[in-house]
Amino acid sequence: MNLASLSASYLRARPLNTVLSLGLLALGVATIVLLVLVVSQLEERMHRDARGIDLVVGAKGSPMQLILSGIYHVDAPTGNIPLSSVEMLSRNKMVKRAIPLALGDSWRGYRIVGAPHAYPQHYDATLAGGRLWEKPMEAVLGAEVAARTGVAVGGTFAGAHGIGTEGGGEEHAESPYTVVGVLNRTDSVLDRMVLTGIESVWRVHEHAQGPEDEADRKALEEAREVTVVLVQYASPLAAATLPRQINAQSELQAASPAYETARLFRIVGVGVEALRAFALVLIVAAGLSVFIALYNALEERRYDLAVMRTLGASRGKLFGLLMTEGVVLSLLGAVLGLALGHLLASALGGWLEAEHYYAVSGLQWRPEELWLIAVALGVGMLAALLPAWRAYRTEVSRTLARG
Amino acid sequence: MISVRGLAHRYGAVEALRLAEWSVAQGERWLVLGPSGCGKTTLLHIVAGLVRPSEGQVEVSGENLGRLNAARLDRWRGTTVGIVLQALHLVKHLSVRDNLRLAQYLGQVPQDDARIADTLGALGVAEKGARRPSELSQGEQQRVAIARAVVNRPKLLLADEPTANLDDAAATKVVDLLSEQAARHGATLVVATHDARVKGKFRERLEL
Repeated sequence: MNLASLSASYLRARPLNTVLSLGLLALGVATIVLLVLVVSQLEERMHRDARGIDLVVGAKGSPMQLILSGIYHVDAPTGNIPLSSVEMLSRNKMVKRAIPLALGDSWRGYRIVGAPHAYPQHYDATLAGGRLWEKPMEAVLGAEVAARTGVAVGGTFAGAHGIGTEGGGEEHAESPYTVVGVLNRTDSVLDRMVLTGIESVWRVHEHAQGPEDEADRKALEEAREVTVVLVQYASPLAAATLPRQINAQSELQAASPAYETARLFRIVGVGVEALRAFALVLIVAAGLSVFIALYNALEERRYDLAVMRTLGASRGKLFGLLMTEGVVLSLLGAVLGLALGHLLASALGGWLEAEHYYAVSGLQWRPEELWLIAVALGVGMLAALLPAWRAYRTEVSRTLARG
Repeated sequence: MISVRGLAHRYGAVEALRLAEWSVAQGERWLVLGPSGCGKTTLLHIVAGLVRPSEGQVEVSGENLGRLNAARLDRWRGTTVGIVLQALHLVKHLSVRDNLRLAQYLGQVPQDDARIADTLGALGVAEKGARRPSELSQGEQQRVAIARAVVNRPKLLLADEPTANLDDAAATKVVDLLSEQAARHGATLVVATHDARVKGKFRERLEL
């Protein structure tokens, strides 16, 4: 027997109070853990996806939508821009690299992205099998796409119009793709992509529009467009002038990923902070529950405490007994909360992955979780302080004389 | 064993106890007799080091209790004194065995299951070790309370009104058990009671 086991036996003797305190504490801790895991992993993932991209150029519209669709591929594009704008950007001395992307189709909810080889190279992607696309209608699958669809090198598929997660609209059965390569996991947006040459995207849509004669075909070729251009500056000075230059043009819009991502997190941050505040309220409520449980129990335990003094317990030991109960409760609640938080993150991650959004892992641990344990411990100790003080001041002689 | 000189204790302005002198030798069995409110319980608590007297000097087992600080007094009590209370006050949510283990833990003596089994066996409740106090009869609870008081082999066994609310046979049995256990461990026994039925069981008596 020791102080911890004695405390545990008292907690077991009051199961309802104990479960209520544990439940409140665990829920509060779990909510914060979930927020920490989701927000930190989302931030990491978004920074990784936007790494090395200074500007996204696309059709006029919402700059945030442009960033979300052009880099993170989680929103509809703002529209298309003429192919000539790619050439214009590539020639600009302030631009080190311009990567055009053509969007519009999807396959089983995964976006088909027409891009040059520079796009996978930008994310340091390597091939798990096969090769990169060389000709139109050749496709390379991201690691998650290959894993989830089970299609390997040599397989064929037909894209569908639209880029919704539900699989899009009309299928381009007449223009099937052949899988020529599969990428290794990059932990970037590429994992959820079907990559192909830009010509493939043009060909599918020109075929769909069914050119009647050579003149129509030529007209379609001249009207070729891309959806966005990912731009890397040649020098930091470009940040001051290039976006302004581009935005001055009637058809184009330039959006800064750093600015728009920060803006997005500011907007989302309000909700996150509200949830965090709610979780803190739960933790404080748990502290009150611990306090009330220990304080109310003192009355029925006053003889036990007096008897313990007759058996040789010091006043300090009685103080320690009550404090240990607070610590045991808060530690158990924190551990349960951590486990629950990670479990919820795993469940949420599974759902997000199935919906082709950013995956969140419940297996990651963050340093902030240690702080959470410390906070829970602090709340438990604070809640036990007054009951422990009353136990310390137990008057043996008077208590025993009463009963 | 016990030496009391010029003892007085007051609760506020009310004098609860006055005792000029009292000496008890090691191994003796004493009855402290007197009506309710005469200071019997106060005397036991002073001798057990639970209350510091307003006046006077108390020596128990060679220790001048007035000179021990709070921590040493607690430690001394845990190893030297066993107390049986009128209302027994077994810890309800602990098993019988754990009630004895609690006495060993708080008395800071090694936790010894063999000794617990031996003590319970000597009091005839060996098979009740896993039970909760609420699952025992009044008589069995009385035996467990005595077992808890003697499990640390104290030199001094104190019992406060152990026969209150018991019939004649049960009262006799409890006093016999206390005497047996005190003799078994070579402890001095002091029983405080207002119950005149047990007068004949004790040769040494202190009337307050």
